[in-house]
Amino acid sequence: MRRIVRRLWIALALLAAPALALGVDPPLPDSGQEARAIEIHKALRCLVCQNQSIHDSNAGLAVDLRRVVRERIQAGDNDAQVVGYVVARYGDWVLLKPPFNVKTALLWGAPAILILLGIVTVRSFHRRNRALAAATPAPLSTHERQRLERLIGEDAP
Amino acid sequence: MRLGTVLPIAIFAALAVALGVGLTLNPREIPSALIDKPVPEFDLPPVPGKPLGLASRNLKEGEVALVNVFASWCVACREEHPLLMELARTKRVALHGLNYKDAPRDAQRWLAEWGDPFGRTGADRSGRVGIDFGVYGVPETFVVDGQGRIVMKHIGPITPADLETKILPAVAKARAQR
Amino acid sequence: MIPELGHYALVLALAVALAQSVIPLIGASRSLPSWVAVAKPAAIAQFGFVAYAFVALMISYIISDFSVINVAENSHTQKPMLYKVTGLWGNHEGSLVLWVLMLAGFGAAVAVFGGNLPPTLRARVLAVQAAIGVGFYLFILLTSNPFARLLPPPLEGRGLNPLLQDPGLAFHPPFLYAGYVGFSMAFSFAIAALIEGRVDPAWARWVRPWTLAAWCALTVGIALGSWWAYYELGWGGWWFWDPVENASFMPWLLGTALLHTAIVVEKRDALKSWTILLALLTFALSLLGTFLVRSGVLTSVHAFATDPERGVFILAFLVLVVGFSLVLYAIRAPSLQAGGLFQPISREGALILNNLLLTTACATVFVGTMYPLFLDAIAETKVSVGAPYFNATFGPLMVPLIAAMAIGPLLPWKRGDLGGALGRLKIVFAVTAAVALTTLYFTWGGPVLAVFGMALAAWLIVGAAVEFAERIRLGRAPLIESWRRALSLPRATWGMSIAHAGMGLVVMGIVATSAWEQERLLIMKPGDRTTIAGYDVTFLGTETIRGPNYMAERGRYEVSRGGAFIARMEPEQRSYPTPPMQTSEAAIRPRPDADIYIAIGEPAESGGWATRLYHKPLVHWIWFGSFVMVAGGLISLTDRRHRVGAPARQRVRAPAPSVQAAE
Repeated sequence: MRRIVRRLWIALALLAAPALALGVDPPLPDSGQEARAIEIHKALRCLVCQNQSIHDSNAGLAVDLRRVVRERIQAGDNDAQVVGYVVARYGDWVLLKPPFNVKTALLWGAPAILILLGIVTVRSFHRRNRALAAATPAPLSTHERQRLERLIGEDAP
Repeated sequence: MRLGTVLPIAIFAALAVALGVGLTLNPREIPSALIDKPVPEFDLPPVPGKPLGLASRNLKEGEVALVNVFASWCVACREEHPLLMELARTKRVALHGLNYKDAPRDAQRWLAEWGDPFGRTGADRSGRVGIDFGVYGVPETFVVDGQGRIVMKHIGPITPADLETKILPAVAKARAQR
Repeated sequence: MIPELGHYALVLALAVALAQSVIPLIGASRSLPSWVAVAKPAAIAQFGFVAYAFVALMISYIISDFSVINVAENSHTQKPMLYKVTGLWGNHEGSLVLWVLMLAGFGAAVAVFGGNLPPTLRARVLAVQAAIGVGFYLFILLTSNPFARLLPPPLEGRGLNPLLQDPGLAFHPPFLYAGYVGFSMAFSFAIAALIEGRVDPAWARWVRPWTLAAWCALTVGIALGSWWAYYELGWGGWWFWDPVENASFMPWLLGTALLHTAIVVEKRDALKSWTILLALLTFALSLLGTFLVRSGVLTSVHAFATDPERGVFILAFLVLVVGFSLVLYAIRAPSLQAGGLFQPISREGALILNNLLLTTACATVFVGTMYPLFLDAIAETKVSVGAPYFNATFGPLMVPLIAAMAIGPLLPWKRGDLGGALGRLKIVFAVTAAVALTTLYFTWGGPVLAVFGMALAAWLIVGAAVEFAERIRLGRAPLIESWRRALSLPRATWGMSIAHAGMGLVVMGIVATSAWEQERLLIMKPGDRTTIAGYDVTFLGTETIRGPNYMAERGRYEVSRGGAFIARMEPEQRSYPTPPMQTSEAAIRPRPDADIYIAIGEPAESGGWATRLYHKPLVHWIWFGSFVMVAGGLISLTDRRHRVGAPARQRVRAPAPSVQAAE
């Protein structure tokens, strides 16, 4: 088992050759276009290096894809077209920001759903609390309170 | 027991099942966006010393074919190579090679040394055809039906089991649909 | 021989842990004092055995004993001694030994310093702690033996990944694990409380210091990891929302929530059931993080080389531990008495809001991290959830949290007055507005949201200061009186103010560096000059240098401003032979206002060198602020109540019936 795993690992390591060198390519002559290219690079995930954008990687494929992006921009594509060009070949997986669709609705909806659930829970807690308070006959006597405060902590206001 | 106290168990159970399934999946394998799409348009010269180049029109001539992406610098390619040689010998399916980002002479030497299973080869020196195919790791193998449609993609070295249970059935299915 | 003894010591630790996890529990439930008494010596013995195993492995590393597979695969004779030592936990097997060392260490600490705990509670806590230990010992011995031999031994080791040969990362895992493992104490206390069926202020007072210590360690661990990424990875990023980073961040978020809700239990005897659940979930997330890092189900830049077999084991363990604890919770939690009553607008209410937002934030990170896995498992579709998702969802949740952080401490317990509290924040409003206007003036044309972010951070920092000033009646009483009040304030209050202000500093650093960073990517030839953020940077050339176990190309850059020399900066591109790898060693000029950051890459085909230049405003505030937060936590930890120890339970329990009768 161990040997198989090691071999697999080596194979993968070779697929994803060390990618920590710094990538700096010849920029596009038009600085506006170059800025667009860099923004697009930052949004596209490097396929062989996991969780890095192609902007942050110098793996061979990342370098090639950066070049492709620059070429498409020079050819007159707008940003959506450039991204679409890459997505057509590699799928939605290359988008670091997942697109909103049926399959990601739950992902994008999660924060709102979760906070609403939380608010409902907290509200029902407070309501229960209030009901309890209404049923409470009398506050603590002075003696009880003094005793309680002494015991719970000297800094309780 | 209140709902609020049982809910965590339900959520955790679902999570545990998902994690269990997750253990059987390979997160590094990215499915191809080109399944059921036509192969990209390309026309490549052969690896030096070989007579036939590879172009998209060659994949539309009615015969189901495998396109194997390989390179002389790719260690894992050597692992699957004997299987490809075997496949070429038995002629169970047409096999073409896409030589990805390789120096022509290295590719030539590699084929001479390890054997040449390919009918046609295309030398993709810049890697642009590879990008059009959505190649991200070598080796990769595409099953293309006779009309030039990609029906399946296999990522990584082919094992005998992959060949029998995944690739050849896809070939048979593509043939049957014709 | 030493490795075999180390291995044997681990087996003995397992045996002791087995006994420790069973005997005291039976003793506590059947009232057998002699069985209960087993817990303390067992915990100490267990720690002794693990410490022996740890030292044995350490010796193998120090003397480069390559007959031990683990050493051969992860060390090298040419490596500096520091990294031979820290290389121990730079790999899966070794890091697990560190993990169990800490687990047993925390257990032994409770055994030794927990003299103020009721004996049965202590016995139960130690038993639960030992049960967790049993799982990890089995994991090590069955799937990840660090002492396995390799015969014949190789002449040379394979070396440690050079990226890990760095002081920041060398000490990152111990702190991280201390955090994870520390939360196991909260977990054990929670399980013990569920078994006893009793949660009261005394319980909260006992569990708080452990949680606080774990939280401090985890904060340090995360901050170190982020700082390391910043200066070592070469592109100036400091947080990538990588699954492994998220795995450490989720317990931090819930642990922070736990820290706050435990205060409510301690002071007001309320929110008990929720606090218990948080304690369980915080540790569950720590375990989940272990699973994610070591099983390979998610891809990450930092994952250990993974093995599905290990994944199955940890998953089974996770299901057992978390499943058992949640079932116990479902059975026992409803019987916990509801505690003190309060209005929604009150200190308790503010702490509930804190918990609501932190828990939602944690759940959001969880969904984002796990979604690719879920979707792959259910729909066979692969998506990436990267930084843009987390920035878009996590950020908005932090806004109300930070806004409320300045108000909450001003509200009294039970019933508060929001208008009154806001009225006391008049100065804070004024300062916040001033900060916003100043920022707007200096960054005119920049992102407006960032101005808002800076104002929010200022609101928090000044709010913390004003709240503190009010407590000591600064400006309303003679200075000497304020001073005396400050000295007599509980340390926990000091800790809170400092930690909140530290959080404000972190937010400022994050906002400023995200919004106003400047970046230049270019190929520079010797003599080339460029400008960034008003600085002139001239590339002078490179030289080849030889380090202790690497070769490097060192670039020389001169930074000046308006013709005046500012600094010479020398980033390196290092090549390590074992294992063969290149790393980029950035040159950083850290200053309070902004960092200048230069990284050099490989020579370009056209001549010249790839160079990345950054100007990063306030980036160091992120780590400075983190350490201020930790300082706050540590000060709070020295609070007399924790130090002297909580009062005996009887004293606290006495009034309980009258409180409950009042409900």
